[in-house]
Amino acid sequence: MHSTSFDLSLEEISKIEGAAALDLMVRDGKVVDLKLKITEFKRFYTQGIRGKNVADVPQLLARICGTCSNAHLLCSVESVEKALGITPSPQTMLMRRLTISGLIIRDHGLHLYVFSLPDVVGKDSLLDFDENDSREHELLHDTFIVKEAGNQLSIAFGGRSVHAPFVAVGGYTKFPKEEELAITKEKLLKARPAALRLIDVFLNCPFRFEDETNFVGIKSADYGFLTGDIASTSGETIPEANFREHLEHTVIPYSQASGYKFKGQPYMVGALARLNLSKDHLHPKTRKDADKALARFPSKNVYDNNLAQAIEILHCLDESVELLERNPKLVEEPLAQSGTSEGVGVGVIEAPRGTLFHELEIKDRKVVKADIVVPTGQNQVSMEKNVKTLVENNIGLGKEKLALEIEKLIRAYDPCMSCATHFLKVKWL
Amino acid sequence: MTDPNPKKLRIGWFSFTCCEDSTIMLTELLNEHFFAWRMHLDFVNAKVFRKSGPLEQLDVAFVEGAISSEKQTEKLKKIRESATKLVAIGSCAVSGFPSAQRNLFDETTKAEIQPILKRFAYLPKVLRVNEIVPVDAFVSGCPMNTDQFLVLMDKLFEEFGIRKNKE
Repeated sequence: MHSTSFDLSLEEISKIEGAAALDLMVRDGKVVDLKLKITEFKRFYTQGIRGKNVADVPQLLARICGTCSNAHLLCSVESVEKALGITPSPQTMLMRRLTISGLIIRDHGLHLYVFSLPDVVGKDSLLDFDENDSREHELLHDTFIVKEAGNQLSIAFGGRSVHAPFVAVGGYTKFPKEEELAITKEKLLKARPAALRLIDVFLNCPFRFEDETNFVGIKSADYGFLTGDIASTSGETIPEANFREHLEHTVIPYSQASGYKFKGQPYMVGALARLNLSKDHLHPKTRKDADKALARFPSKNVYDNNLAQAIEILHCLDESVELLERNPKLVEEPLAQSGTSEGVGVGVIEAPRGTLFHELEIKDRKVVKADIVVPTGQNQVSMEKNVKTLVENNIGLGKEKLALEIEKLIRAYDPCMSCATHFLKVKWL
Repeated sequence: MTDPNPKKLRIGWFSFTCCEDSTIMLTELLNEHFFAWRMHLDFVNAKVFRKSGPLEQLDVAFVEGAISSEKQTEKLKKIRESATKLVAIGSCAVSGFPSAQRNLFDETTKAEIQPILKRFAYLPKVLRVNEIVPVDAFVSGCPMNTDQFLVLMDKLFEEFGIRKNKE
């Protein structure tokens, strides 16, 4: 077994967001070379927004990524508002919370049902699920009920689940009517039993890969994704404006994306990190009904990122229903304004895949400089390291099975390659 | 009388340089249309839904994103050869933008990004799809306009002689 030698090249890793490839060389049972390459081509957004008016910046930066566009939108809005001293109203903050919840439900739904569930069921694709098999039939229907709940919540509060047109610096440009809120609440309630079933699926999933790593993310009193200090399982607490100082940019010459280390070490961001840091802050109904699953956390099993995402879907459903019940009617408000036209602002939020950082320097209401750090860039170093360990531990599996195991582990991180390649940071030597 | 193996529209969904927002809109359209389309649509090549396999003969190839490299150009040409119809999906495929924004950079900014362009063999300019291959239909928007897409789907079902489930 230990004299195994082979080359493996995965040209297009499937069922992830964006393009990534992997080259692996094994000689005499040892990994001689392993390169996880993000092959998405850069679109140079940090250069592209220089000189642009701040009012246009969030919508342009949303185009960094399709699936997490509303996270970029909200993070960019926060950085502009912080730079110009704009204070959003309490109703705006409420609406933003519902907007991000819509995204979390929809985006985790896509990842868990469309990308990861086929691995659990042992099929290549959700499209191949058998409607005559009662379990597959149910999961197939659940897929669209859960995704639709997130989609509808995003439409109600942002106008669309991708590049939400109503989200703006200073507030919202359109407000949902009572009828729309009622329809939304109904769809959220309808998705709840499906979310509970999804939690069960991933709770009973036997996949394991343990990583002794540091988990990093925003810790907020109400598990709210948008505000709070950054915390780590190693015990640090950092105000969000200082987060960037703790990150070390890592050059990965064969990848189009930038990698990052936290205090010099690989780390992990995302749902697993959030659950490990803040499970006690989840909605009370979620804590009650997902208690068995929550006992799993803190967890070092990378595959529990899937379970953590399923629990977050339930949390966002429960929290959103409560917020809608408490606020059955919204009033139209003008956008909050500012007298300042320059400043530096940092926006940090928890995007579905982890901590997202936007920093903007603004002069005469135009962008002078931008720095953006995305979750996948932060997870990239860990992901590659762990794929290497996975290969070393399973070298006898044979190429085909090994390729499947590699893809499964990468998918557990829910990487987003579009995000990871938005801009150019590295000065190549 | 129901045909147990009705003819399905064989489609491919391909993404080049973009944010894949139209892919997301497609997955959201499935919330409502999956069960109606399932009998009539075969996602032959679609990395978002299944393992990447070799390019097969397709009725329709949907192409999202702009073209950044020679390798992407070659892949697009192969897709064109394999498909009866090719549809450009979303703003980057239709117009190149916003992915083509580097085409408009000033000389200083162009010099700044040059090392990356060289290292990963980027094309000097980002191209829209119909600068490389003929395109049969366009669905514009950033992300794609889903109403326009649904109208086109009906037209394609009809054109390829595939009965559409009206349920």
